[in-house]
Amino acid sequence: MLKIVEIDHLTVQYPDLKALDDVSFSVKKGDFLGIIGPNGAGKSTLFAAMLGLNTKYQGTIKFFGKDIRKSKDYLKEIGYVPQKPMFEKNFPATVKDIVQMGLQHESYVDKIDKILQQLWIHELSKRRIGELSGGQQQRVFIAKALVNDPKLLILDEPVTGIDQQSIELFYSILRELNSKQKITIIWSSHDLDAVNQLANHVACLNRTLFFHGQSDEFFTNEKLVKQYSEASMQEHMHHH
Amino acid sequence: MSLEILTFSFMHRALISGVAIAILCSVIGLFLVLRRYSLFGDAIAHSSFGGIALGLMAGVYPLWTAYGVSLVSALIITRIKEKYDISGDASVAVLLSSGIAVGLVIIGISGGFTIDIFSFLFGSILLVSANDTILILSLTGIILIIVLLLYRQLLYSTFNEEQAKVSGIPVEKLNYLIVFMAGITVVTSIQLVGVLLISALFVIPNVTAIMYGKGFKQTALLSIFFSIFSVVTGILISYIFDITPAGTIVLLSIGLFAGTLGIKSSGLLSKN
Repeated sequence: MLKIVEIDHLTVQYPDLKALDDVSFSVKKGDFLGIIGPNGAGKSTLFAAMLGLNTKYQGTIKFFGKDIRKSKDYLKEIGYVPQKPMFEKNFPATVKDIVQMGLQHESYVDKIDKILQQLWIHELSKRRIGELSGGQQQRVFIAKALVNDPKLLILDEPVTGIDQQSIELFYSILRELNSKQKITIIWSSHDLDAVNQLANHVACLNRTLFFHGQSDEFFTNEKLVKQYSEASMQEHMHHH
Repeated sequence: MSLEILTFSFMHRALISGVAIAILCSVIGLFLVLRRYSLFGDAIAHSSFGGIALGLMAGVYPLWTAYGVSLVSALIITRIKEKYDISGDASVAVLLSSGIAVGLVIIGISGGFTIDIFSFLFGSILLVSANDTILILSLTGIILIIVLLLYRQLLYSTFNEEQAKVSGIPVEKLNYLIVFMAGITVVTSIQLVGVLLISALFVIPNVTAIMYGKGFKQTALLSIFFSIFSVVTGILISYIFDITPAGTIVLLSIGLFAGTLGIKSSGLLSKN
């Protein structure tokens, strides 16, 4: 099977802490990888390195067999949905403007309509992005990520602050993209149950990678699940 | 008052240059406003004042030195913002005062050249020469073509830099391009409204247009419309009543802004 992502001995050292310590794993074509870990586990650090936003790391990251330090071409093959995109509430851009941003030409019009329909945001295409609910905005950014026919979709904790109904819809969209359109997905999440239901692979991260494998393996291993739950509980209590 | 004023060739030049500058300022200004860079135009204009003083002292056509100084300042602001942990508004404030300070010192050293300086401070659109008009039209044409070709990339990097980077958009290069075009736009517009009122042309029509709740293209077109309306009406009114064009133009665009606020608070426009 073709390896889409290969991460080899990745270490990210900040002045006062080691955010990632010798992390290695790979993602194959068609995988649906759920990355779980408590707050501050290094999920965002991992994504920043993978997306070329932070180049100060040790180790190697390869996409489609090529080292990302050598070429940024891989970015054209991936779609990224950020955690919570920051923008001005009255930013004068409609849903359609947002989806078209960055595209070179207009030849995508039919495809954009199709994607908007698939994501249930077609009727919103002329509304300003700031007028939409969190769940609707999120689907707009998925649409944006899909418009270039990505081979890989990377989603960073994408359900923070979104209502339950939108979350359900979002999960069914992800499932469809992976199973029907064969898009490889890397998705970081807090929601252990959802990862259990959707992902076929799990990576458990807390500065180091302490599990990576089939999700069945993870969820049938009570010790691992307990360990994870305790780690995130501690984190939770820490925050309150 | 008759339509006789429309037959004067200085009036033709003023109106043609004015419309070009109106379009240019509202297009570049939209990106600046959306990047929370509203006062950038002001900073560049003030620093170009130093350039104008330099040109007048050296006996060079002052707008040429102003172009040079304003481009250098634009690069400095961007560099400072990128490299050091100084916020955009603070670096703008530093540059804004440095330009005026340099200008004042140079004027002091050369014993003062008040008359020329006044026309640069407050604009002199009715004195625009045929050569100036050609220069204004060419620069407007070049900048508008660049913006039209790159507007989706420019919009993306304006909306969210990080997301744009991840999509492979050359965000840093585009940031320099924007400030570079803004620098040229500012100096080109000095003849219309002068150093002191330039940021009004950058900011007010755009802030007004954004309130109408439309998408990007329509917002840009509305802003261009408001801008052209204020400039053309302003030039004509100021000539007829013999008042300053720069002040009249800016007051008209403030009038459009206030009118829009009124319409909005009366509930005729959606509140979003």
